[in-house]
Formats: sequence, C-alpha cells, structure tokens
Amino acid sequence: MNKLPEPKQPEKLIDEKGLRIDGRRLDQLRPLKLEVGLLDKADGSAYIEQGKNKILVAVYGPREAHPKHIAMPERAVIRCRYHMAPFSVDERKSPAPSRREMELSKVIRESLEPVVLTDLYPRTTIDVFIEVLQSDGGSRCAGITAASLALADAGIPMKELVAACAVGKIQGKMALDLSDAEDKYGDADLPVALVPNMGLVTLLQMDGNLTTAEFEQGLSMAMEACKTIHSMQRETLKKKYATIKDAVEEREEPEIVA
Amino acid sequence: MVLVAEPKQVVAPGELLAEGDHLLGDNAYKIGTQIFSACIGILEVDGNRVFVVPLKGGYFPRAGDLVGGRIVDIGLSGWSVDIRAPYEAMLPASETPGPRGPRRRDLSSSFDVGDMVLAEVLDFDRTRDPLLTAKGPGLGKISTGRVVEISAAKIPRLIGRKGSMISMLKNETRCQITVGQNGVVLVWGKSPEDERVAVEAIYMVEREAHTRGLTDRIREMISKSRMVEQVAGTQTA
Repeated sequence: MNKLPEPKQPEKLIDEKGLRIDGRRLDQLRPLKLEVGLLDKADGSAYIEQGKNKILVAVYGPREAHPKHIAMPERAVIRCRYHMAPFSVDERKSPAPSRREMELSKVIRESLEPVVLTDLYPRTTIDVFIEVLQSDGGSRCAGITAASLALADAGIPMKELVAACAVGKIQGKMALDLSDAEDKYGDADLPVALVPNMGLVTLLQMDGNLTTAEFEQGLSMAMEACKTIHSMQRETLKKKYATIKDAVEEREEPEIVA
Repeated sequence: MVLVAEPKQVVAPGELLAEGDHLLGDNAYKIGTQIFSACIGILEVDGNRVFVVPLKGGYFPRAGDLVGGRIVDIGLSGWSVDIRAPYEAMLPASETPGPRGPRRRDLSSSFDVGDMVLAEVLDFDRTRDPLLTAKGPGLGKISTGRVVEISAAKIPRLIGRKGSMISMLKNETRCQITVGQNGVVLVWGKSPEDERVAVEAIYMVEREAHTRGLTDRIREMISKSRMVEQVAGTQTA
C-alpha cells in the first residue's frame, strides 16, 4: 500500500512580507466557527472549527456517579476525555488512549473545574467528551473553548466561559494561534486558557524555550485572543435562542402594525 | 444600584447583570458589588432581587415537589424510581396507599418495573437520595392518559405567572393536565384529539419558552387546530 508522503517542512514559516504560511499576520487568529446544541442525545454539545481543527464536544450530567466510589460527598466530579479519532491525523492514530491524550484530558479537566459550580450537585458526575475529528495544532485549546460552551449548553451552573488560545515562537518571532506545521517546526508553543472576567488563567503550558520578554509578550497576545474568542462564545450561546425568538416573534409583527 | 443588562433578555454565564446593592437570587453569583449570571437563561428582576431563569438544565429534587417517575427496581421494602434527577429516588412500601404492615411478598402487584407513578418528594437533603410518597389524592400509578416529558427547566414557563399558562391550556384544550416539577406532564382528555392538541401545545411551550407573547400564540395555535379538526369532521360526515 502506498504511504502518504510525509508533509514537507516548509522552507520559511514567515515570508518577506511578514506573513505566515497560511497568509496570516503574526497576531492573527485562524478562522473560527462555533456551534452549540447539535447533539440530541447529549445534555449539552458544541462544535468548533479553528483553522483545520474540527472538534465535537458532548456533555452529560450532572448524573449519578458510576462507579459509585468515585463520587464525592460534597461536590460533583468532572470527568473529561480528550480523544483523537483514528482519521484525525496524517497517519492512522490508534484509537486507544495514548499518554498524550491522558495528559490532555487531565489538563483540560483542570482548566474547566475552577468555573463550574460543582458544589451544587454533590455525589454526581459531569462527563465531558472531546472528540477531535480533524487535528491541526492547538487542539487542546480549541477543545477547552468548545468544552466550556458545551457545559453552558447543558445548563450546568458555571461562573464564566473559558476561552483558550495558544501562542508560539516561529523563526524567532512570537506568533498567535499556531497551526500544525508552525507547531512542529517552530521553536516554542505556549497554550493559555483564560477566564476573562476574573482574569484567571486556568491552563498554562510551555513547550520549547522562551525568554522572559518573549513569554510576557506571548502571554499578553494569547490573553487578548482569548478575550476575542470569549465574546464569540457568548454570541454563539445566545444565538441559538435568539434564532427561535426571532422566528416566532416575527410572525407577530404584521398583526401589531395592522 | 445599576442594572447593567436588560431584564427579560437571554444572558450567558459570566455576564454582568447588575452593580450595587441588589439582592442575589437564583443562578447568579456575586463578586464584590457586582452580580453575574451563572447559567444560560433569562434575566428577571423582582423588586431589588436579581435572578436568572435557566433555559436548560435537569431536574434537582426539592421536598414537596410533585414528580412523575418510572419504576426501575423493586427492593425488599420499596421501589427505586427514576425521577429524571441526578439521584435515584426511593419509594418505600409504607408510603403507598393500602393496608399498613409488611407486604414483602408481592410488591410488584402494586407497581412493577416500567410502571409510571405520580409521587411527591417527601424528603431530600443532598446527603441522601430523595424519598418519595405516593400517599395523597391523585398520587400513585399512572394508568390512563398521556405522559409528556419535557425539560424540567421549562416547567416554570408551562405553569406561567400565577398559573396563567397552565389554566389557559386546561380551558382551551378541555384536558386535565398535571405538571410534575421534574418535567413529566400528564394529560387526560375526553378524546384523543383533545390530548393531541394539548401535547402539541406543551411541546410548543418547551420550544418557545423564552419568547414574548407565547400565551396568545398558543391560544391561537389551539383554536386553529380545532378549526382544522371541525372541517375534517364535517367532510367525513
């Protein structure tokens, strides 16, 4: 069977005009599309497209904890599974949970825990399933963005939506929202999850080396981007209900005029 | 004391609702003097109190609630009931109508697995599972009528302010309607047509709970489907 050719390393990550391989400026996000409530069986669901990332998130709960011994007497337990579909990457990925997926499940869970009001539902679990259908760098951040939307869509009480975005260093320059190639052939990667209203950073990882100045510049870029993503999240969540509202209230309009 | 968001508007979690000395209501939280929403819902203001009526979410039991449930298991001295809450409810044999004393031999003759029951939450305190009672007028096994299951978050809208929505539904559809706080609604009508219209109206409330002028729109829908039925009736006659 013919193997797919390995994606070649691009010669330059930034061209003479200062644009990246996909034509973005250094401080520009990839195109972002968000959707909520697309799964009927789940209590809450969300879908995100960020660049070539395609991620579906389903939330169940609060529901009875099984196995019973994991239940906490004073709060709900959040369980999170980040999983990449076998077809989500260039070469088939084994569907069994890998070391990386287990780590991401843990950090994503920990980035969501501070905002969910778990003490309202003792002895229960809230399950978050993050299914990466197509992966393109920064999928943990996209996963967090979508997971917090799905939690809100499930009607689970929470303090705030969590928005996440990565920054990184490519060819010695700080760049926002790295794509797959930039992540692979770049110098550093810094994913950040932010709770904007509270100024709370719930995820901060770093891969590669950054100077203090670069780190600070990167963090502020990422936080700005998180705020942009956050306002889109809110809009998406409200739009679902606004659409129904407009549809039914419009029918009323002519009668009021007449 | 400033209201930042408009009342009756859809708010998202974390959205700033009010600033100043407002009273904190349900589904909201306070940081300093600022009140934020804690879920997706509609902002309501009652006097000085700011609260959010959720648009989604499951049922959380409270003592005194009327609930509809499905028997899932029969134990030695009672039944386990699924009341669409995060906790499985217990209905002890002593809380069912009938002669007192042990009736261990034949619990399934009262309620069998899969039966629907209408019950009241007797006790629930977060540390133990909810306890039900089926003693009382109208409580017990549901054997006639239709069962409609909607989101528990939409029950307040189905009842309406001071019961305006539900009394309109009862009058217009000529059906007897019992509303369980957990989203289980029972409909009994004189004819299957009446029941069908009532069920349709209940689903419409669930779908459009957050819109304005809903009561009027539903009344209109009911009278329209009645007209259609009359026309169909005369044609067949």
